[in-house]
Amino acid sequence: MTVAVIQFGGSNCDRDTVQALTAMGVDAELVWHEDGLPASPSGIVLPGGFSYGDYLRAGAMAARSPIMEDVREAAESGTPVLGICNGAQIGCESSLTPGAFTTNESARFQCERVHLRVENADTPWTAAYDEGEVVEFPIAHGEGRFEITDDRLDELEDDDRILFRYCDADGTVSDDTNPNGSKHNVAGVTGDNDHVAVMMPHPERVSLPDLGSTEGRGVLRGFES
Amino acid sequence: MTAYTATITVRLKSGVLDPEAETTQRSLERLGFELEDLRSADQFEVDIDADDEAAATERVTDMTERLLANPTLHDYDITVEEQ
Repeated sequence: MTVAVIQFGGSNCDRDTVQALTAMGVDAELVWHEDGLPASPSGIVLPGGFSYGDYLRAGAMAARSPIMEDVREAAESGTPVLGICNGAQIGCESSLTPGAFTTNESARFQCERVHLRVENADTPWTAAYDEGEVVEFPIAHGEGRFEITDDRLDELEDDDRILFRYCDADGTVSDDTNPNGSKHNVAGVTGDNDHVAVMMPHPERVSLPDLGSTEGRGVLRGFES
Repeated sequence: MTAYTATITVRLKSGVLDPEAETTQRSLERLGFELEDLRSADQFEVDIDADDEAAATERVTDMTERLLANPTLHDYDITVEEQ
């Protein structure tokens, strides 16, 4: 049983993700999207990058590639699926998760460390943390602003489907701690079931001891269950 | 079959922030132009053969809803003309 990290043309966090999972003792392999999904993967990662050059909208092309039908079927049968950064954009574009990630309020690409407050610790991706805990992950995106209708966002909040919000080091969520203009500072959400989730910040980049913090491992532990 | 050109305009829904348009507007104002507002939109031109205009419109609408527009973000207009 192996986690499939799907490579699209333009993915560039695929190998980082395999390395981060492998270092945690989780079997993971790269899967080229044209080769289709291996039988019964233990999990699926849609990794970061710039699939299809972000043409049309970030994630739009990859979301309509044939392997995403396999991903959808696997997700429906209970396989854990995590979309990170470009993978989050792909997840929303393919309707695995709600809303959309679009152009940052700054209209610029932003590469920086941000603080995140854990909103719901009762998911496979956040069970390693406490609700309200603050973690620090990097972001690297030009299209990370979470956009959704107000009604739909109310539903997500009522259903506890927000994983993380952008905050300051003390966990205070405000406009000043919102790096990209995301509605209600949302940095990550779950799908209809919480074994499917997407997030713009990069847990795999804070998961290797040689590179400093390993706070991101808590998210990747969702593949251990 | 008749040859048609469909023009699809995809624009952000009212109320959705458009940072690129705001930046463009600021640049125009810096150049000394006076304007009240500026909105950006994507336009696609698609050449297709179809039995009639209704069939052409139906196919292009399907293309738009499945790929060219994201219903969370966008509204769209389609016009179809015989070539």
